[in-house]
Amino acid sequence: MDALMLSRLQFAAATIFHFLFVPLTLGLSIMIAIMETRYVKTQDAVYLKMTKFWGKLFLINFALGIVTGITLEFQFGTNWSRYSAFVGDIFGSLLAIEATAAFFLESTFIGVWIFGWKKLSPKAHATVMWLVAGASTLSALWILTANAWMQHPVGYTLRNGRAELESFSAVLFQKFAILEILHTLSAAYILSAFFVMGISAYHLIKKQHLDFFTRSFRIALGFGLIFSLFEFAEGHLHGSDLADKQPAKLAAMEAHWETKTNAPIYHFALPDEANEKNAIEILPLPGVLSLLAKHSPSAEVTGLKAIPRNERPPVLINFLSFKIMVALGLYFILMTLIGWFKRNRLPESPGYLKLMLYSIPLPYLACELGWILAEVGRQPWIVYGLMKTSDAYSPVAQSQVLTSLIAFILIYGLLGAIGYYLIFQQARKGPEPVV
Amino acid sequence: MMLQDIWFFLWGLLWAVYFITDGFDLGIGVLLPFLGKDEDQKRTMQAAMGPLWDGNEVWLLTAGGVTFAAFPMVYAVMFSSLYSALMLILFALILRGVSLEFRSKLESPGWRRLWDTCLFLGSLLPAILFGAAFANIFRGIPFDQNGVYQGNLFTLLNPYGLLGGILFLLLFLVHGTAWLAIKSSGEFQEKAYTAGKKLWPFLLIAAVLFLGATYFSTTLYQNYFKNPVLFLVILITVLALLGTRIFLGSQSPWKAWFSSALTIIGATFFGVIGLYPKMFPSSLNPANNLTAHNASSSPLTLKIMLIVALIFVPIVLIYQIWTYVLFKGKITEEDLTYEDTY
Repeated sequence: MDALMLSRLQFAAATIFHFLFVPLTLGLSIMIAIMETRYVKTQDAVYLKMTKFWGKLFLINFALGIVTGITLEFQFGTNWSRYSAFVGDIFGSLLAIEATAAFFLESTFIGVWIFGWKKLSPKAHATVMWLVAGASTLSALWILTANAWMQHPVGYTLRNGRAELESFSAVLFQKFAILEILHTLSAAYILSAFFVMGISAYHLIKKQHLDFFTRSFRIALGFGLIFSLFEFAEGHLHGSDLADKQPAKLAAMEAHWETKTNAPIYHFALPDEANEKNAIEILPLPGVLSLLAKHSPSAEVTGLKAIPRNERPPVLINFLSFKIMVALGLYFILMTLIGWFKRNRLPESPGYLKLMLYSIPLPYLACELGWILAEVGRQPWIVYGLMKTSDAYSPVAQSQVLTSLIAFILIYGLLGAIGYYLIFQQARKGPEPVV
Repeated sequence: MMLQDIWFFLWGLLWAVYFITDGFDLGIGVLLPFLGKDEDQKRTMQAAMGPLWDGNEVWLLTAGGVTFAAFPMVYAVMFSSLYSALMLILFALILRGVSLEFRSKLESPGWRRLWDTCLFLGSLLPAILFGAAFANIFRGIPFDQNGVYQGNLFTLLNPYGLLGGILFLLLFLVHGTAWLAIKSSGEFQEKAYTAGKKLWPFLLIAAVLFLGATYFSTTLYQNYFKNPVLFLVILITVLALLGTRIFLGSQSPWKAWFSSALTIIGATFFGVIGLYPKMFPSSLNPANNLTAHNASSSPLTLKIMLIVALIFVPIVLIYQIWTYVLFKGKITEEDLTYEDTY
């Protein structure tokens, strides 16, 4: 394998691993802030216990999210130096602003939250958690805006052999960024909701700490239901925006080969990339793809064949990622709706609870597939339409990249295993009495 | 051009602030096996940096981010040239970060020893490698006109680079002992002072050697000879270094810490001023040098970034100083048995 492929694998490993922790940080911080606020308002000790129990899980997850995030920033320089030189003006400034305006806040106040229990009033302490939650969200906004710019570059001019900033507001307020932000945040909230519901389900099945975990479950259920429904509608807007801005990605997601009007969606299909067609196509729904993509059943949707072969993303991986992600999205709606009807008799629904326990990994899978779709679907471009990934990597020796890739996999693998072991352990132990 | 020069010195300042803030936690991490003789002492040392290290580390991210945003060519060539060194630093920082979080989660002594070792290595490697990296930058890095590095990890381990590494390590160690003295009392505080005083002569020797070696290995002094008033920076740094020893001797921990912080700023700016306007000089051909003027972003980006920095850096400083004040007290028994402590 050459340095390009190794760098791609390394970046994939680093992002996929980083994004195992980010969504939970985004959602759980808000839920903990809600729990702690309720404690301040009601003085009900159960909420304090909840804050501490979920807080412990949160912190293990948070630590892994932070350390893996730091390596990501530097990988642009180490592995993608030609990309960095090309986009530093815009992409680099967004990362720098993220560090200055968000990451500082998050990292400084998490220390205050952990160590400040006896140094701050309960109200101030709860406020600190809101600051951590707000800063994490802010951090996500900047990073996703930077990613959205790679997906749909705006507000730049090509000068001096690089993309120079022309309009900062165009970069910040573009529709693609807003849709990507909403989509990713909702996904994070769904994941966090399923995490809390799943662990709560475990204890409810075991009939222990019933009050504690019923309340936890219900806080998360509200989140899960609202954002699963929202994600469905938002995902549709995101998809039709893709039809305009990244037609190749959309075509790959749907394995849509011929440019045509009245384009169908199939109940089942399997793309055959070598022969530029689908090996299997079962039960077409004519016009549905046109309708979803362009809001008219007779609209024309660009097919993959209209795009030069060397500018097409890999089809099968995008197709499968997309279909599985959508199926999971529907499953989340279904499960949270069922939960809503069962919310007052959760302990008497062991079947449902068991399903919820085993569903914990599913939103993780959906989130990662979403990123695979976003990033692999953009290929062969690193900045869509502007710079190819193959022109972006660093001129460093292949042996260096190989060594670091192996080190990444080993260290991340070990830390991930230890981190999740600790999370499992703490989760199983249940809440401790508060002093 | 004005903006590029402002950003050059802000770039230097961000690295200096990183070295001051994270410097003492890195120092404490390295001191852990030597000063932390029992579980209580180890926990005292970790609690001394517990609430602060995370926020401190973000200065590194900001220094890196600003390099990316304001001087993308420097970011690209610097980080790809120093690839292996930077990867080692990153892995070390990962280990340090998780060891503080993981160590208290299980009750076994073996488990704790494992994470204490990770904390030690995770602090030692960055301290030395940052010093070695900067010394090599002062000296010039072998990269060609296409920004392609013509060396390997061991190219960086030349005598001058190693001396830089040792200097940084000693700076951070002394800085760490001052912070430990601030945070502790009684017998342990005594130990911190003693360690600081014992390490200080080595720091002095390393500093003198480094100042001398810089004359022979780099062109840093050219700016000083052109503008002799700049020698004041070196003078202040040396005075601050002497002050650190005096205040450790008089058991004034805060003064010792500030004095050592000033030494670190001085040491960083000694290099930054000497480099100016170069940021990443090539040892192969001066025509390849990356400078504040040929490697910067567009004026618009520099302007926007400056506005962002002028708004947010003061805010960050205010709340970080607030946290330092909030946690300024000495570590007590209660802090150590406290369930939420690492």
